[in-house]
Amino acid sequence: MTEDVTLMKGNEAVAYAAIRYGVDGYFGYPITPQSEIIETLMEAAPWKTTGMVVLQAESEVAAINMVYGGAACGKYSMTSSSSPGISLKQEGISYLAGAELPCLIVNVQRGGPGLGTIQPSQSDYFQTVKGGGHGDYRLITLAPNSVQEMADFVSLGFDLAFKYRNPAMILTDGVIGQMMEKVKLPEYQRRRTEQEIREQCPWATLGKTKERGPNIITSLELDAALMEKNNERFQAKYRVIEQEEVRYQEIECEDADYLLVAFGSAARICQKAKDLAREEGIKVGLLRPITLWPFPGKILNEYAGKVKGMLTVELNAGQMVEDVRLAVNGKVPVEHYGRLGGIVPTPDGVLDALKEKIVK
Amino acid sequence: MDISSIVSPENLVYAKPEIMNDNHMHYCPGCSHGVVHKIIAEVIKELDLQEKTIGIAPVGCAVFAYKYLDIDWQEAAHGRAPALATAVKRLNPDKMVFTYQGDGDLAAIGTAETIHAANRGENIAIVFINNGIYGMTGGQMAPTTLSKMVTSTSPDGRDVQMMGNPLKILDLLALLDGVCLATRVSVHTAAAVKKARRMVKQAFENAMAGKGTSIVEVVSTCNSGWKMTPADANNWMVENMFPVFPIGDLKNI
Repeated sequence: MTEDVTLMKGNEAVAYAAIRYGVDGYFGYPITPQSEIIETLMEAAPWKTTGMVVLQAESEVAAINMVYGGAACGKYSMTSSSSPGISLKQEGISYLAGAELPCLIVNVQRGGPGLGTIQPSQSDYFQTVKGGGHGDYRLITLAPNSVQEMADFVSLGFDLAFKYRNPAMILTDGVIGQMMEKVKLPEYQRRRTEQEIREQCPWATLGKTKERGPNIITSLELDAALMEKNNERFQAKYRVIEQEEVRYQEIECEDADYLLVAFGSAARICQKAKDLAREEGIKVGLLRPITLWPFPGKILNEYAGKVKGMLTVELNAGQMVEDVRLAVNGKVPVEHYGRLGGIVPTPDGVLDALKEKIVK
Repeated sequence: MDISSIVSPENLVYAKPEIMNDNHMHYCPGCSHGVVHKIIAEVIKELDLQEKTIGIAPVGCAVFAYKYLDIDWQEAAHGRAPALATAVKRLNPDKMVFTYQGDGDLAAIGTAETIHAANRGENIAIVFINNGIYGMTGGQMAPTTLSKMVTSTSPDGRDVQMMGNPLKILDLLALLDGVCLATRVSVHTAAAVKKARRMVKQAFENAMAGKGTSIVEVVSTCNSGWKMTPADANNWMVENMFPVFPIGDLKNI
């Protein structure tokens, strides 16, 4: 039996996975390097098959607010963009978090700041995991390192978002979005009926019935005492997510003297760097955070008792390294190696940095 | 005679619409919002749309509109109500979706969302309260503030050379092919309320019939912001607002 395996770009995988998952609405605005997502959806025309709505909005601001409107109806609603466009969406993301609305946002990062470059980057880590919009909120953040994970994380993202009534983000970059790999797309799953949504999401604004009072989706509460209660509820939810949903991958970490810590495209490069190091007799492992929030700090802290040092490799000036250092809490040296502005590090560059900064 | 013998169902000639609940309104006495809320409640009831209606509340004085009408509501970020309504309607084509927005929300910060939702001909109704001032934040200049009108950010009166002209956004919207109804009404007299009610009803019917975007602009008073009595505010509106924002249909197809 032949498996249903195809060759495609990461961006295309997101689009096809969304249709197959039974997404109700995609709202987006073109920006490089992620425009293939909306192009693929428009080409596939799922409104003729599954009934999925696809709309090119007038701006990223409008698109994220369309997601808010759809999510508030309990519908699977998503958008995608790249760094400058994601900055524009921050207001909407904060409102989504404040109104506890589940949705999926895809950020195919490019180098910044400002208009920056269209080349890959991971410099939106802080923006994503520390809260790019206003207020105390958290985004469930998934970091795929392959085209397969681009497809798989659409369903994982929606599942987690709806489980916790919280927006989720796939934080990827131009490397993963643009590169072609083989992928096995998920099985088709039909879109939920209105009745099913009403049962699964009793809070959804689908029209008031005689059986219940009005449903109101809002992030507003002028009474500070009640607003503090809302915030405490959010924080309690975030603690549960931190407890239950941490995901990471360990590659040859068991006997490692040194650890590379990297996510997404940087983790792919580090896989090769790890092999090169082992060929030279340096026992290196790779720990790849899959969820960037919740962050796999606990396992990193455990490894801090076993290894001699860690090197984080990022396509930025050193962002995740702060969370690794917090987790390690000074037990072993933690250094950072990164390339900036759209330059992708090479495995040799990583190995050199490892020797220079950590192995010595 | 005992009052209780008069207060009986057979003598009832007027009642609060049942969709309006008993929450105390935060609106100032004399403000137009309460009347427009009542009109919407009456029309939803008349068209039997309570179970099909989703309202989108704005940021501004009507931010708490969701507290007063017993329907499902979404509270939007400032200016973004038409974007929310776009998705709600497209994902639920059988529902009646309307936005309720003030002049700052619709014609300043939300101009892009307003123009593009209307241009796409989204099958939604937009109820637009134009009182020429930011009420909620304490009386600052709005995009529709009249020339020479005094506000807290135009204390010597709006200088159109420096601050721009009052924006006649309904005129702009009426030009768009996606718009089926662009009309201006007011609610300062019983006759005006009746007319406004008729236009809101038509807008909601248009939304259900899939005719395109309907905009009902209610030229309104903000007696607190204008620092006038309610009666003076009504007169001032007739004398000063109506010449700039004339009552009537700009487009009705």
